[in-house]
Amino acid sequence: MTGTDLLVVRGLAAGYGAAPVLRAIDLTVPAGTIAAVVGANGAGKTTLLRALSGMIRPTAGQVLLGGEDLRGTPVEQLVRRGMAHVPEGRGVISELTVDENLRLGGLWRRDRADAGRALDEVYQLFEPLARRRRHLGHQLSGGERQMLALGRALVGRPRLLLLDEPSLGLAPRVVARTMALLRQLRDRTGLTVLLVEQNVRSALAVADQGVVMSLGRVVIAAPAAQLRDDVDLRHAYLGF
Amino acid sequence: MDRFVFLTVDGLSRGAVYAAFALALVLIWRAARVVNFAQGAMAVAAAYVAYSVSTATGSYWLGFVVAIVAGLLLGALVDRVVMRHVDHASPLNPVIVALGLVLLIQAVLGMVYGSEFRPAQAPFSRSALTVGGVAVLSPYDLFVFATIGVVVSGLAWLFARTPVGLRMRAAAFAPEVSRLLGVNVGGMLTLGWALASGVGALAAMLVLPTELGLHPHAMDLGFVSAFTAAVVGGLDSPPGAVVGGLVVGLLLSYVSGYAGSDLTPLAVLVLLLAVLLVRPGGLFAPVAARRV
Repeated sequence: MTGTDLLVVRGLAAGYGAAPVLRAIDLTVPAGTIAAVVGANGAGKTTLLRALSGMIRPTAGQVLLGGEDLRGTPVEQLVRRGMAHVPEGRGVISELTVDENLRLGGLWRRDRADAGRALDEVYQLFEPLARRRRHLGHQLSGGERQMLALGRALVGRPRLLLLDEPSLGLAPRVVARTMALLRQLRDRTGLTVLLVEQNVRSALAVADQGVVMSLGRVVIAAPAAQLRDDVDLRHAYLGF
Repeated sequence: MDRFVFLTVDGLSRGAVYAAFALALVLIWRAARVVNFAQGAMAVAAAYVAYSVSTATGSYWLGFVVAIVAGLLLGALVDRVVMRHVDHASPLNPVIVALGLVLLIQAVLGMVYGSEFRPAQAPFSRSALTVGGVAVLSPYDLFVFATIGVVVSGLAWLFARTPVGLRMRAAAFAPEVSRLLGVNVGGMLTLGWALASGVGALAAMLVLPTELGLHPHAMDLGFVSAFTAAVVGGLDSPPGAVVGGLVVGLLLSYVSGYAGSDLTPLAVLVLLLAVLLVRPGGLFAPVAARRV
């Protein structure tokens, strides 16, 4: 491993019950870059994120975050190691207010003062949330939920952000804004992002690295620009 | 009219206790989606511990505090040792286990303490003070109102204003997401059980002196009333539990005062049935809960 690789995955296998979904996944995400995992439905993209954050227990392989082996780390400890996972469907807690959802993202932190500063920064970053502090999660629009889910992850000041289908159910304009924001966060704060997307075009547009999954394996990991430009490859795996 | 005032005050005082007991049921329901049918037996067990301590030391208040502590510990124990290992795939499973727990606790209490009634002490006089010739409140009623008031507002403060309350609510609503945000969901569940069982023990300590006394089955009927109160309030709603408790308390008091105390168990069941038929979600069911 080189000093600059934040996430290193070696030979990762995982599945639900007896059915294996992921087979021998190798993956490296350098610090301060965005990696986009793309591939057809059922390729194992969401399962990959769930295995990384410990929501399902890998059956084989190794996950290193900043050189630290995450094996056996309980899910609730991962946020303390610097990993934030925004799950499928965003995981906004509808019964809590915007403010409560956001504060929850920083409750685990010992540095209360900085948790407060992070909260203020998120409110500055997402103005609409600041206007809706007291609203319940279920009163928000899709775009606002997206902001809330992202903001809640950012309150924990993660090193690595795992994002599952941020474009799902959002208008193209909102997707574009989200992707631009990710790039901005990468450039300004050095955030590392591992993004799972159906929307290959917008994912590869923002990513540094593209990872193509098929049937539970990584079939290609290459600079995103190369994937964008290679017509044969796009036809074979990505369908456009 | 005097009688009406007396029955109303008596009903509210009793209702306050049902409210606390119903609140304990709501706490566990919200945290674990389990109706804890063992709540009554657990509370009686805590009251027996208090009885032992008070008899040995001669101090009511020491026993009172010990009952609440015993309730907290028993709740945590039941969660960790029993309920955590029950498969929740069918909602019936935890119910059956809870009913088994009732039999177990009552059998053990019977073995240790016997099944005769033990006197339950009241720390204040239960004879009503008269205001303008009308018997109104006893000092004990005032004590009950004050205690329940403190408990209800304390819980409301805990859940609405403190970080641990926020964690508990998050863990109850969205356990998986909460774990991703660093919440120890299992710990919050145990805390929920402990709090609920502590409140249940307190409610038993308050209601037992107004009834026949301490007995392994002493809370059986009280549990039915409290369960009805929780259902009237919608099981999911802490304010609903409080209002439901007061409604049930008033109903029981009027029925017992005007129609005879033999009819009170029947009246509770009729109310329970009526609510389940007409508004199964309770009077306070949150309308938006199922919207996505």
